[in-house]
Amino acid sequence: MTDTAAPISQPKAPAGWLGRLEGSAWWIVLGLAGLLLPLLEDSYIGVIAQRAYIYWVLSAGLNLVVGYAGQIAIGWVSMLTLGAYTTAALAAGRVGPEWHPFLALAAGGVMGAVAGVVVGLPALRLRTFYFAMTTLGFSTIVTQVALAWKDVTGGGVGTPGPVFPWPFDPGWGFYYFCFFLAALATWMTANIGASRYGRALVAIRDAEVAAEASGVSKARLLILVFMLAGALGGVAGGLFASLQSYITPDAFTFEMSVLFFIAILIGGRGSILGPALATIILTALPEFAAPLVQWSTFLYATLLLVIVLVIPGGIADLLDFRNRRPLEKHREIVTRPELLARVLDRHSEKNTLSMTGIELHFGGVRAIDGLDLEVRSGEVHGLIGPNGSGKTTALNVLSGYYKPHAGEARLNGAVLPFLEAHTRADRRIARTFQTPRIVGGASVLDNVMIGGTIFGQATFSETLLSLPRHRRDEAHLREAALLALATVGLEQLAAVRADRLQHSELRFMEIARALMLRPAFLMLDEPAAGLSAEEIRRLGALIVAISRSGTGVLLIEHHADLIFDICDRVTVLNLGKKLAAGTPAEIRSHREVVSAYLGA
Amino acid sequence: MFQSIVSYGLAVGAVYALIGITYNVMYSASRVFSFTAGMLGMLGGVLGALFIHKWGMNAVLGFVLVLGCGALMGLVTEILTVRPVLKSIEQHLYVLSTLAFALMIQQVTAIEWGTEAQPFPVLIPIETGTVSAWLDQKFLLPLLACAVTIAGLEYLYRRTLIGRAFLAIAEDSYAARALGLPETRLRLASYAIAGIIGTLAGFTGAQMLLAYFGNQAILSFYGFVPVALGGMGSNRGAVIGGLALGLFQQAANFLVGGIFAAVAVFAVFIVVLLIRPEGLAGAATARRV
Repeated sequence: MTDTAAPISQPKAPAGWLGRLEGSAWWIVLGLAGLLLPLLEDSYIGVIAQRAYIYWVLSAGLNLVVGYAGQIAIGWVSMLTLGAYTTAALAAGRVGPEWHPFLALAAGGVMGAVAGVVVGLPALRLRTFYFAMTTLGFSTIVTQVALAWKDVTGGGVGTPGPVFPWPFDPGWGFYYFCFFLAALATWMTANIGASRYGRALVAIRDAEVAAEASGVSKARLLILVFMLAGALGGVAGGLFASLQSYITPDAFTFEMSVLFFIAILIGGRGSILGPALATIILTALPEFAAPLVQWSTFLYATLLLVIVLVIPGGIADLLDFRNRRPLEKHREIVTRPELLARVLDRHSEKNTLSMTGIELHFGGVRAIDGLDLEVRSGEVHGLIGPNGSGKTTALNVLSGYYKPHAGEARLNGAVLPFLEAHTRADRRIARTFQTPRIVGGASVLDNVMIGGTIFGQATFSETLLSLPRHRRDEAHLREAALLALATVGLEQLAAVRADRLQHSELRFMEIARALMLRPAFLMLDEPAAGLSAEEIRRLGALIVAISRSGTGVLLIEHHADLIFDICDRVTVLNLGKKLAAGTPAEIRSHREVVSAYLGA
Repeated sequence: MFQSIVSYGLAVGAVYALIGITYNVMYSASRVFSFTAGMLGMLGGVLGALFIHKWGMNAVLGFVLVLGCGALMGLVTEILTVRPVLKSIEQHLYVLSTLAFALMIQQVTAIEWGTEAQPFPVLIPIETGTVSAWLDQKFLLPLLACAVTIAGLEYLYRRTLIGRAFLAIAEDSYAARALGLPETRLRLASYAIAGIIGTLAGFTGAQMLLAYFGNQAILSFYGFVPVALGGMGSNRGAVIGGLALGLFQQAANFLVGGIFAAVAVFAVFIVVLLIRPEGLAGAATARRV
């Protein structure tokens, strides 16, 4: 079990959102208890513990899907069913020759992985409820097939489960087998959870557009996670079949899904220890309160309703004492532009990002009506105009959220494809948002680290096993993020939950996240909104410093003073059309601009 | 065989369509998909059998009482599971709250009524089936219920002032509130109507599907398929989708067997949604950054 604790107790940010509950102490206690449990010589408790381990093997994977990625997969019991029947049928020789139980178990895992992807695919395109319904439908159908496919599953009569050979024979041998797999599942999912993959999953859940802008490919990542969660569910199913020694479709009720699901919700989203403890407690509880057994599902459902209505953050939120400590009241953001040289690559090459003839309308509204714009390395380009003149829309076109009806965008002469927002990060185009898009429950440091996602080298499987490349990635990302935070003046708040920050601090945090990309182009959407005069002055100096180190900046702003102070060139939009373009001095004296926007 | 595919398929399809409409009515009023639609269908059957078969109540009285219980369930659903989470609808907590409530009711049913499927009484004491297999009441009743519901809703929405208020809420609840429409009361009313339609589906379909607590999961899913395929909020889509689903399922049952029928329905569902996430008849919605 010390293995399990290792990745979590690694020196990490003082209070990562993962670290808030998960000191290694808990894991060591759990591990020792698990290892020493057989000394009790109580086979009844042993069976309950085995069931808890098996459930946790499944829930550990599901935790990444539900707790981290926020996908409402309510029918994950189907993976257990599939894994159980695959293992049992293969081991019993119902399909071809008899397989060795371990091979059959592995096949159960593969089956689960495939099913995980099939069920997960709709999550990439569909809205939440549709996906929930798909998983529910899938579990209904798996049970129907198990009932109807008598040759393989034995139909309603059932089929015997596999028996694993010595040293994992039924009894304490099998107990240790389940224990070992549960520990392995914990370790692997904790590795993912604390990696850039885990952070990206949470970002998909809480700030999807920001995740895309940071180069997270939602589709690829979710498929990998569904595959892992399916495989763990399948393996859990094989173990379950062995523990039950005889399986019928009745054994896999939809209500089991509810148990898995609420264990994760009670434990808290984005935690590993919380759901693990909740799984153990929920599995054991009905056993020690005999009259409750019949009503256990009812109680689980009631618990689910209560959690959703009263404490949507789960118990982990309630226990999160560290983040209740008051923060210093009068905080000042002291930017340190001199650090930029270390944060950014010095671009000596000249880049240009341009749009020509962009037209975009929403229904009858012409949001952009033939816009030309060019941003060059090393200069600050201001984009101003009244509300509704199409500034943010233009930015959304450039960063790949909208597809215009006409026109094109180019990066250094090469056509920049529209949509595909997650490909902008690879081209080193970073942005911030008018309303900060942040992961409120994650620490400031974790939020900023999301921005460096594309620099990770380790593959998903390397991360799963915490291989050296993964650990190097993490160290580099953390270092870069702390540096970026120091640059924008937030390093003191690195460990604080992001949703406790003031609005102005969130704006600087978004800039730090964007800087993680070492951007060739940085697009800022009203970064000065809500800032004090002093903060605006520091922001201006920071933006100028960023541009002087070679980054092209596109700045959308309403603060005319800031625009005229720091911009090299300014484009004025009105009703989706370019009203004027030129140097700040030219714009300031432009008659139409003054009358339409600046005022006399 | 052809006769039983068509009559059984259409009848089951009508039940699916009604459950689909139940989803729609709740969705239109609140932008919430509620898992209670399948539960209402299940309750319609179980309560009907309880009142009429077990307690020997008059069929008409029992029918009215079942629908009354459905309306009550709808009100409870709105107050307990929808209203508290509407404020943060983008978190989709309603998926969990309505599911939890539906499961609670299902469990109470399983414990108090039993987990075995129990027969549902013949409602009209004439052996209509003897005249022609096509005229069997257990097939006709769901179709009749579906037709009456559609006609009723059309009348309500198109011809009455309160129906237009429903439509206004569905179209733009902010604007509707600005006009002074009592949004909360209209939403409550919608949930009550949904409760009536859901139990009506279960009640009229129960001679076929029996009074069985497990119908909840089946109806939840198969009732949602027509909504997903027909486009959410579209009752016409739900009826066409429901009837088509029923026919397809029965034909597949007869031609290739139950296993593949279930798998085929699921496969069609996934494939259609992957190609057209907004449903076959729905319109794409713009994304907002």
